[in-house]
Amino acid sequence: MTKKIKLDTELFAKIFIPLFIGLLFLGTWECVVEYLNIPPYLVPSPVLMFKTLILDWTLLSSALLVTLKITLLSFLLSTVIGVAISFLFVQSRQIERALFPYAVLLQVTPIVAVAPLIIIWVQNTTLSLVICSSLVALFPIISNTTLGLKSIDKDLLSFFELQRATRIQILLRLRVPSALPYFLGGLRISSGLSLIGAVVAEFVAGTGGSGSGLAYQILQAGFQLNIPRMFAALLLISITGIALFATMAWITQRLLKDWHSSELTAE
Amino acid sequence: MEARSAVLTHCLSPVVEVVDAAKTYSDGFEALQPVNLSIGTGEFITLLGPSGCGKSTLLRMISGLTKPSSGEIRLWPNQKGGTAKAPSQSTQNKLSFVFQSPTLMPWADVRANVRLPLDLAGVPRKTADSQVDEVLCTVGLSDFASSLPKALSGGMQMRVSIARGLITKPNLLLMDEPFGALDEITRYKLDSELLGLWASHKLTVIFVTHSIHEAVFLSSKIIMMGAKPGRITQEFLINEPYPRTPSFMVSKEFLEYSQTVQASLMKASA
Repeated sequence: MTKKIKLDTELFAKIFIPLFIGLLFLGTWECVVEYLNIPPYLVPSPVLMFKTLILDWTLLSSALLVTLKITLLSFLLSTVIGVAISFLFVQSRQIERALFPYAVLLQVTPIVAVAPLIIIWVQNTTLSLVICSSLVALFPIISNTTLGLKSIDKDLLSFFELQRATRIQILLRLRVPSALPYFLGGLRISSGLSLIGAVVAEFVAGTGGSGSGLAYQILQAGFQLNIPRMFAALLLISITGIALFATMAWITQRLLKDWHSSELTAE
Repeated sequence: MEARSAVLTHCLSPVVEVVDAAKTYSDGFEALQPVNLSIGTGEFITLLGPSGCGKSTLLRMISGLTKPSSGEIRLWPNQKGGTAKAPSQSTQNKLSFVFQSPTLMPWADVRANVRLPLDLAGVPRKTADSQVDEVLCTVGLSDFASSLPKALSGGMQMRVSIARGLITKPNLLLMDEPFGALDEITRYKLDSELLGLWASHKLTVIFVTHSIHEAVFLSSKIIMMGAKPGRITQEFLINEPYPRTPSFMVSKEFLEYSQTVQASLMKASA
């Protein structure tokens, strides 16, 4: 009984309060726009924004699918490559020392500066966008997973060594499970970054036509001073980002809730 | 060399022979001066001393986790002479290590934690599981096979760790301050249980502690060590019969042993 009540209050704190603040914000926005008579080409009212979203749904939803595809592909690609690089890093201190500066280089170089090159070199538009976006999302996965693979209990490692465990056994039975919380933390950051990367890359590429994503819609709407559509596209990007984050948080919670201190509730 | 083997004939066949083994780390820190030690089958040896006396270093060297910078450690020296019968011999002579903290895998349940050494050795799951049940029964954790370590108390986690140490049926059990983090009551309880396991499994135990009472209660022999630099200062035989009961802890003999050891420890720490 008490558990149910506790769960309800938690649900309330987690969902209803943020939702209430959101509604409050939208209400104030609507009132301010109405009261001050701000023209829609400067700031559209929330109601107009949602109306545009519904009216332009065919256009915006296909653009959303394109952006979503690039986001998910690059998220997948950066995860696979990031994990592979991390495995390489923990195999030898020498390899890590030699290559880590380049991983940092990857991180500090602004993607807008590199994107034009990649777009020139790679003919396929989707592929070039995926590569750009993966470059943005890669680093947190490398650094978090590497840190995780190394964050093992030293005595437990000694125990494995005393039992004559092979490198592979140590990797699979000790390093990988120990790294899981760190890896998932990296995924959570990278899921958002791959969306940002996808949008930025679309901006730079500026590709139109049937394969255009949300960024292109925002660009176009800007040229046409169709500000309500711009807001509607922005809203879709935000919602996508929140959905990605929530999915990752949910997966993390499912995988770690039994044993890791980050997901244990104090009782 | 002659003199040494003459000494050794006193004991039953030795399990561990430490010959002039010393440890100096690469930064020049002298953790342990050359020590000589012979441990016979079935002994319960305690390495006792203040922090920094090299007792853990000595234990890790015996286990093979740390290599001595000079000298030699020989395990089962009498049986390892010929390599011809190595396979069967080496499977009979095993050592196990129990660490200061339980060092369990937090993501795995008690059963999987205890089974780990068998899994690593490639023992089939069915055989392994029946062995796990057996060993969990000996440490009194049968009801907790599918619990995660988080759900257990510190003392129970330590029991899991001991069970994991026993699953390979070792002859030599090395323990590095295993009960140091536990409360007094739990500690005494586990001390008594350990003596029971030692007797029933015919183990040789090398036990590191800095508690005089624990050392006197458990040991057949106490090796006193001193710090800065780490070295062996004295050996005490505790000539008290086993099984030792809690009443031994309040006996006159226990007090006398404790006082003698205490005086020696003070000297070693000075």
